[in-house]
Amino acid sequence: MSASTGPDPAAAARRRVPLREIAHARAGDKGNISSVAVFAFEPRHYAALKAQLTPERLRAEFGGVLRGTITRYELDGLHGLNFVMTEALEGGVNSSLNLDSHGKSWSFLLLGLEVEVEP
Amino acid sequence: MGIPFRIGTGAGFSADRLDPAVDLVQRGELDCLVFECVGERTLAFGHRDRMRDPAAGYNKLLAPRFRAILPLAREHGTRVITNMGAANPRAAAERTVALARELGLRGLRVACVEGDDVTARIGPETALPELGRTVGEVSAAGQPLVGANAYIGADALLPALEAGADVIVAGRVADPSLFLAPMRHAFGWGGADWARLGAGTAVGHLLECAAQVTGGYFADPGVKPVENLAYVGFPIAEVAADGSAVITKLPQTGGCVTLRTVKEQLLYEIHDPARYFTPDVVADFSTARLAEAGADRVAVSGAVGRARPDQLKVTVAFDGGVLAEAEVGYAGPGAKGRARLAGEIVAERMAHVHGFGGELRIDLIGVGALHGSAVERPAETQDVRVRAALRTSDRELAEALLWEVESLLCCGPAGGGGFRGHVTPSVVTHSAFLSRDQVTTRVEVLEA
Repeated sequence: MSASTGPDPAAAARRRVPLREIAHARAGDKGNISSVAVFAFEPRHYAALKAQLTPERLRAEFGGVLRGTITRYELDGLHGLNFVMTEALEGGVNSSLNLDSHGKSWSFLLLGLEVEVEP
Repeated sequence: MGIPFRIGTGAGFSADRLDPAVDLVQRGELDCLVFECVGERTLAFGHRDRMRDPAAGYNKLLAPRFRAILPLAREHGTRVITNMGAANPRAAAERTVALARELGLRGLRVACVEGDDVTARIGPETALPELGRTVGEVSAAGQPLVGANAYIGADALLPALEAGADVIVAGRVADPSLFLAPMRHAFGWGGADWARLGAGTAVGHLLECAAQVTGGYFADPGVKPVENLAYVGFPIAEVAADGSAVITKLPQTGGCVTLRTVKEQLLYEIHDPARYFTPDVVADFSTARLAEAGADRVAVSGAVGRARPDQLKVTVAFDGGVLAEAEVGYAGPGAKGRARLAGEIVAERMAHVHGFGGELRIDLIGVGALHGSAVERPAETQDVRVRAALRTSDRELAEALLWEVESLLCCGPAGGGGFRGHVTPSVVTHSAFLSRDQVTTRVEVLEA
């Protein structure tokens, strides 16, 4: 099949899934810094996480609450990514007016994103 | 290889359950049981309580916990270590001794570890680097200094272990250090044995939140099922002399220990995994290896460390006035529109009737609250609660918020009900740093 006829079969074969289907996550807090670690359930999905779950994407999606820097640490041996986000807790556990002042639910904020995976 | 050192977790936070700790001390054949009960939030509450009553400021569950645990710990030869002293370790240790006498545990040796309270070392010029302001600037803005605690390390506990204390009561000991101290004592690790201190810190870090490594804070039905979470078991580490360990739990308890639960906890509250700062060591978890070692058994090895930091982190607490929170609910068709209108009315009246110029938060619980500042996910819902919240040092403004929300029952949108409101004293915290020579810890052993 030539590239000019029909959709790219590889792209057509990819599917968009909620991150929660292929990954698990846990959120923690220190002061006004939130850290969320995201792990692929299956090692084969880790590359998709690494390619699509970037600091730039998190900032674009959640800029309203992630107001500082976003640093990503890659744990290839654990198939996990650790996101460290400054000024991300509306002041921190003792200052925030959020019901979830620890940002414990930030893990599910990230798990609500969609990612493209190979079938 | 030698006999592994068996260390368990009796509590992973201030309000943790008690029955899993009782089970562990009865059936765990433990050398040591650690109750980790201090966080930024709980330490702030401790200072708040101590301001009101000089004999308070330690964990409120200390007496019920120790009433259940201490007789069993003595029977099984298990040493108990805790930071339940929080903002007042002296009062906590004295309460422990009195309780031991009540329980007939004559001769029980209770060590009191002090010196983490560094309030006297904090002045107006002390910098709060994350905030970008000084202590004096925060105080001048209406939040007076309440207290300050340095994170102290395993070396602060070693004299108590060497003195043969049965129970060690401390305040702001760094969480993993509570676990590292008995490992250092058991294996004779030196204070500059960075590789083993890093490995032991990884084990302590995995244990410090109790059920968070055995299936708690993990279950997500349909994706991550966990059996019998109502009776989740607390963790045990079987630690070897090189600092490697197996993380497990008692048979016939709920929860699970799997690669997934251990991975999530390994990175919990960690920033750079290659540089985890504690008072004892700069630990490196990036080299850690995890392997399944049987049912509910995960082997952890390979974590290392480098020389400890020269400075100690300090949590500085300030009087934050009060937190006022009030709620009212709307249900049925159009609930969201009525709830939104209610929130607008409260915001309008707090600004223009009461002259409140600070930050007022309005949440529509059921439509978007916890994630409300991050994403707008419009949803039609039949059940919405409006929540209004503010912080202030003016008690009257706090009461005004509750009044405004309650008055919606008659003056607000149709069908509002279920008002709840409360005003809670508030302590805010920021981090500072002190050089080690500014912090002197001491141990006194009291006998019941």
